Amino acid sequence: MKESSGTSGLARPLEALAAVTAIAALAAAASAVPGVREAIAIGVPYAAFAALALGLCWRVVRWSLVPVPFHIPTVCGQQKSLPWIRSSRLESPDTAAGVAGRMALEVFAFRSLFRHTESRLESGPRLIYREARWLWLAAIAFHWSMLVILVRHLRLFVDPPPAPAVWLDRLDGFFQVGAPVFYLSDGLILLALLYLFQRRLRRPLVRYISLFTDYFALCLLLGIAVTGIWMRYIARTDVVAVKQFAISLTVFAPVVPKSAGAWFYAHLALVSTLAAWLPFSKLMHLGGVFLSPTRNLANDSRMRRHVNPWNYPVKVHTYEEWEQEFHDKIAAAGLPLEKR
Amino acid sequence: MANPKPDELVQIGYQAPPRDWMDTPADFRKGTYCYSALAKNLTYLGLPNPREWQPFDADWKLPPDWKETILKGMKERLEKYRSFRLFMDICVRCGACADKCHFYLGSGDARNMPVLRAELMRSVYRRYFTLAGRLFGRLAGARDLTEDVLKEWFYYFYQCTECRRCSVFCPYGIDTAEITMMARELMTLVGVNINWVLEPAANCFRTGNHLGIQPHGFKDSVDFAVDELEELTGVRVDASINRKGAEVLLVVPSADYFGSPHYYTFLGYLALLHEVGLDYTFSAYASEGGNFGLFTSHEMIKRLNAKIYAEAKRLGVKWILGGECGHMWRVLHQYMDTMNGPADFLEVPVSPVTGTRFENARSTKMVHICEFTADLIHEGKIKLDPSRNDHWNVTFHDSCNPARALGMLEEPRYILRNVVRQFHEMPEGTIREQTFCCGSGSGLGTDENFEMRMRGGLPRANAVKYVKEKYGVNLLACMCAIDKATLPPLLEYWVPGVEVAGIHELVGNALVMRGEKERNTDLRGEPIAEAAHA
Repeated sequence: MKESSGTSGLARPLEALAAVTAIAALAAAASAVPGVREAIAIGVPYAAFAALALGLCWRVVRWSLVPVPFHIPTVCGQQKSLPWIRSSRLESPDTAAGVAGRMALEVFAFRSLFRHTESRLESGPRLIYREARWLWLAAIAFHWSMLVILVRHLRLFVDPPPAPAVWLDRLDGFFQVGAPVFYLSDGLILLALLYLFQRRLRRPLVRYISLFTDYFALCLLLGIAVTGIWMRYIARTDVVAVKQFAISLTVFAPVVPKSAGAWFYAHLALVSTLAAWLPFSKLMHLGGVFLSPTRNLANDSRMRRHVNPWNYPVKVHTYEEWEQEFHDKIAAAGLPLEKR
Repeated sequence: MANPKPDELVQIGYQAPPRDWMDTPADFRKGTYCYSALAKNLTYLGLPNPREWQPFDADWKLPPDWKETILKGMKERLEKYRSFRLFMDICVRCGACADKCHFYLGSGDARNMPVLRAELMRSVYRRYFTLAGRLFGRLAGARDLTEDVLKEWFYYFYQCTECRRCSVFCPYGIDTAEITMMARELMTLVGVNINWVLEPAANCFRTGNHLGIQPHGFKDSVDFAVDELEELTGVRVDASINRKGAEVLLVVPSADYFGSPHYYTFLGYLALLHEVGLDYTFSAYASEGGNFGLFTSHEMIKRLNAKIYAEAKRLGVKWILGGECGHMWRVLHQYMDTMNGPADFLEVPVSPVTGTRFENARSTKMVHICEFTADLIHEGKIKLDPSRNDHWNVTFHDSCNPARALGMLEEPRYILRNVVRQFHEMPEGTIREQTFCCGSGSGLGTDENFEMRMRGGLPRANAVKYVKEKYGVNLLACMCAIDKATLPPLLEYWVPGVEVAGIHELVGNALVMRGEKERNTDLRGEPIAEAAHA
């Protein structure tokens, strides 16, 4: 048995942590070397974002090209049947608007994860299911913080910054703690990621199902958050220089910053790694969730016919063959026959 | 070997095994798997590799190119089913599904966590169909397809009842039933399947029903039921077979006219449809609503389902009424119209009794009998005396497919509240869309699989135990033929003293028929409670 396959050990999370640390450290070290610095500042992000854009398109297009032969929603509420029975429009939608609502709840509020329970077997025997919202809370805190942070970053790429980015910036720094102002999303994303990481590590069965990539994703995101936070609150990276560099990238006239520092290059390298790896990883659930046929189809399969593009004729046992085989018995039983 | 006792079975650890699952071949322990399909059944259906073999044999007598066949089959299905490709790609292994599976809850076997059940297939998908898996192998969660892997697939994909409870909880709606269906299809390509699925399928293909009952046998069963109903109620009903020109074709699972306690539900249908004067006929050719194709392959679903529309067309009926069954209704609701439609030779179903147009079935033209009956009750078209069910204290088990494929949650409850006076729900989280499987669905209800069935049924039985102890419930009502066959032994094992009945058995008990004699017994022939006579 290979060492790395040990599930009770710490091999997989440690390998993932090592990989992420190595990427960050390499980038930080290499940024001190003229020539290499330019490659990391310009070549890597361009290549990574090209991979992200192309990869995302490729994955989504590939999924969309695969047909949905059957109508298989997982229905989670009362169907629309008789007019006096109230149907559940969001859990068993029968209209496009209902499906849109169900998807919105899934994408923005993680509806299904919100149902999460944890079971316990007590003596008796008695199986108990308790609502368990921590996983949902951590997931939603992470994803929303991530979104807020992404939008906030627009400040660095667009001049003057777009209004939503400015509003969000103010909202996120609402508490006005410290200087520079502490962002709520920075704290939340760290807490959420740390919760998810320890959950994966500490629960024996979750650890049992975890692959290297599961830890790698968490370590990578943690690395990005930590280097970002470090730059802002501790290393006090020169934001003006970073902004000039970011804008220069967007107009395809990259100017490598002189005073950005090692933490910036570590951050950049980790973000680039995430971008390039994302389309080929489980993180593609961000696109896949929209295409999931158990969620994005209406519960209307008896109202409207769903067409399977590759429906093909199959060998059946026809009535005629059946009657021929059992002819005498049908006749003896006095049942009607097509052929006397 | 004797079956283990409940107090032994319930010692469940829920521990992570010491060894990685990829290094642990499946352990074929007696009582936890089903026997192989007989060669004659494969031959009759024209399926590959008919032979004599058993899962506990070392040599499964696979065809020499079995691996290529399966990989080719996988590739084909990845290009034909978006669900399959997507569900191979997007799982994040959050583990939210883990303790949602009745087989995991009852066995504590880590590979019964839906996420891991799916990983059994995903690991092979990654190895042969993704770049990362090809390059990095095990580091990327990929592994070779070997005979041990195939055996593991057989063991665990026949420990999934395709109940879809996990997909309710998955943040991306990943449906293990889809993956299990693909796995069973792929295994069928190399002749690896179970007899409890393939024998009913072969019977159904030949005679029209799972039990292999031939036309004269079917006629006898129906006649016998008519006589028995007359004895019980004093009313002679008419139940025709293969009659052209009837308004409605009635299709029920064959267990209804051959199994117990299904049979009392069958008597209930006969009484009710007579009372409201529905012009209907049975078909001896389409004498099965159930469809074990669902547990074999998509092609087999279509092959077995085709006869329903064909027969409706031949007999010239206007629409189709379907009896109480679980997986049958998944096929009718989610597959039939797509596979064998459009049913443009039928009319949008209208109840001739109430005039209600069943808009929800306007394309498929097939109505569930609980929809039909709920409408009758709501429109006040039948007279009911619920006190005739006073000997029953009832709870309701949502069968997996009517709940999670149809969303038929209120219709049966509405009927029950009108036909019984003591009704108590099982705890939240075990009913409606979160209902627990009987543990024997999807063709796993065999005797040799007894231990696994009792394990899989533990969560359901345990919720029944709760309402039995709290409210004195003594009857579990349900609307699925597999439930009716497999819940009685399950409850006998975990919670003795609770019987199982169909919805229409209770309707039949409560139904006051014109011209009936004084009713002293229910449809089981058992005396009804004293108070009812008053």
